[in-house]
Amino acid sequence: MEAIEIYDISKSFGPVHALESVSFTVRAGELFGLIGPDGAGKTTLFRLLTTLLIPDRGTARVGGYDIVADYRAIRSCVGYMPGRFSLYPDLTVEENLNFFAALFGVTVAQSYNLVAPIYRQIEPFKNRRAGKLSGGMKQKLALSCALIHRPQILFLDEPTTGVDAVSRSEFWNMLSDLRQRGITILVSTPYMDEASRCDRIALCNEGRIMGIDTPRGIVHQYDTELYAVRAHNMYALLEEARKVEGVDACYPFGEAHHLVAGLGFDSGHFAERLGFLDGLHIEPVAPTIEDVFIKLMKR
Amino acid sequence: MQNNFLSFVKKESLHILRDSRTMLIVMLIPVVLMVLFGFAISTEVNNIKVAVVAPNRTDAIRKAVTQLAQNDYFSFYGYISNDQVDKKLRSGEVNAVVLFVPDYERRMVDVGSGVSGSPVIQLILDASNVNTAGAASGYLQSILWGPVSQQTLFETRMLFNPQMKSAFNFVPGIMGLIFILVCAMMTSVSIVREKEMGTMEVLLVSPVRPFKIIMAKMIPYFAISCIVLLLILFLAHYLLGVPMSGGVWGILSLSMLYLVLSLSLGLLVSTIAQTQVAALLISAMVMMMPILMLSGMLFPIENLPKFFQVVSTLIPARWYIDAVRKMMIQGVPIAEVWSNCAILFGMTVLLLGVSFKKFNDKLE
Repeated sequence: MEAIEIYDISKSFGPVHALESVSFTVRAGELFGLIGPDGAGKTTLFRLLTTLLIPDRGTARVGGYDIVADYRAIRSCVGYMPGRFSLYPDLTVEENLNFFAALFGVTVAQSYNLVAPIYRQIEPFKNRRAGKLSGGMKQKLALSCALIHRPQILFLDEPTTGVDAVSRSEFWNMLSDLRQRGITILVSTPYMDEASRCDRIALCNEGRIMGIDTPRGIVHQYDTELYAVRAHNMYALLEEARKVEGVDACYPFGEAHHLVAGLGFDSGHFAERLGFLDGLHIEPVAPTIEDVFIKLMKR
Repeated sequence: MQNNFLSFVKKESLHILRDSRTMLIVMLIPVVLMVLFGFAISTEVNNIKVAVVAPNRTDAIRKAVTQLAQNDYFSFYGYISNDQVDKKLRSGEVNAVVLFVPDYERRMVDVGSGVSGSPVIQLILDASNVNTAGAASGYLQSILWGPVSQQTLFETRMLFNPQMKSAFNFVPGIMGLIFILVCAMMTSVSIVREKEMGTMEVLLVSPVRPFKIIMAKMIPYFAISCIVLLLILFLAHYLLGVPMSGGVWGILSLSMLYLVLSLSLGLLVSTIAQTQVAALLISAMVMMMPILMLSGMLFPIENLPKFFQVVSTLIPARWYIDAVRKMMIQGVPIAEVWSNCAILFGMTVLLLGVSFKKFNDKLE
């Protein structure tokens, strides 16, 4: 069964095309990642699927309900955590949770076992105002609130943006746990390194989906040779490498530059050409999702 | 569903209670306004400093000056000479100067017997404040011409507010203003805050109709307004001595209708405004200014230009203030101001209807 089906959806805000004929499906029980930079249209897609916006064109079904005609039914059965912190900073942790439980007509006790693994971590601070929590704890509270009514489908819009690396990793562990419990999760993130934690991902940019596959499958699509190059003067290396024939692209990637080999590229020849750079080093590397993304974006 | 409505009300009350500064302001504004308008700012003319120029201080003149000096409205500065008049007025040492002609007594007899002639008393007033000058001139005339006016045909009686206390007039005005401030401005800001903070998104993606949440939002504000209402009535009666002769229950029920109207107005503003600042500006520009200028709170509606008189009929505060004035000061029972009540009720229904219709459960 498909939890989310999107058919050719478009949405514009004035002259800005936020989404252009986007189609994909998310299977029930899947942890599906929407990967793309800011402005890719991720938030717009979330707002369409949570029935907060109406598409200009196309249709979508969430949990079998049409996002336009059956929007009330969708609002009852999904959990939504918007991109920015959207709880009440002047209420305490506990009051926030109680309020969101009441909003869905349940009590915290009824759903405690579902939220417990997450909520237990912030429970020691339950009398603290939500506004005074750290970024990671805020996200845990927001996730608890989004889960309190045991939704079948969870929409998480950039839940890890602005959260430290440890909390991010913890957060993804929680999502994996929730997936084990059969909840379908659609999550967006601008961080490419988080993509590997998803069952399937969609790479999106400027309102279009550029590719959908498992994280492994996406990387397998990468059909060109990729090298990591280093030198003492990294900036000069970037400038010079781009001038060498056969180099399709060269871009900074962590501590090295990634070099996309094109037609007629030879690593020995490359090392010779740029031999005047001190400490030049070139080695083949396996592509990451970010490399795929950069390549798709260039197309 | 009943108990989750209660938890919404609880949540709103917590928001309000935790924002203690705003609470304090809401409670203090009415008290400060009441005290200010009741004691400090008044349109009454008090303590006018009068100097007298009298070449011959005859008994009649002395008598007139004594009367003047004993009057509460005036304080007698002293006798000055003719050439000091301009200087004293200019320096602000005196506000008014009374000049008696040298043969005052004889001329008064002529006036008394109806013989026309040149003036016997000249009043020179500092008219930089037109209202004060006008009122002072009237008072001075009535005191100095006392013996004459006894023979004239006019007799003036001030009904309902014989001392013409301006506080009586201001209390209904303040009520008209405060409730708009508390109900309309604060509710609209609090609803718009949810939009601005992004919590509205979460509220919308829930099975509860957002309108229910907004109704829950209104209840604590209604409660606060009721407390403020009681506070104002208490202060008005016991501090300022406003009579409330039309019956407290009538005033209370009319005021509650006005509270609901203000809440609906706030709701309407919140459907238009996207940011708290916008909500505040709309409230200030669209609600405060017209109430101050066009509701009859500060200026009588009859004195407004024709165009603004028509505009003022659209302002709820006008009908409310008018009715409260009648009930508080004239002692009219609520049944006598039924037309005002009906107009206010109609406006409430209309505002609620429009905001129900305009309320959007999407983001655009």
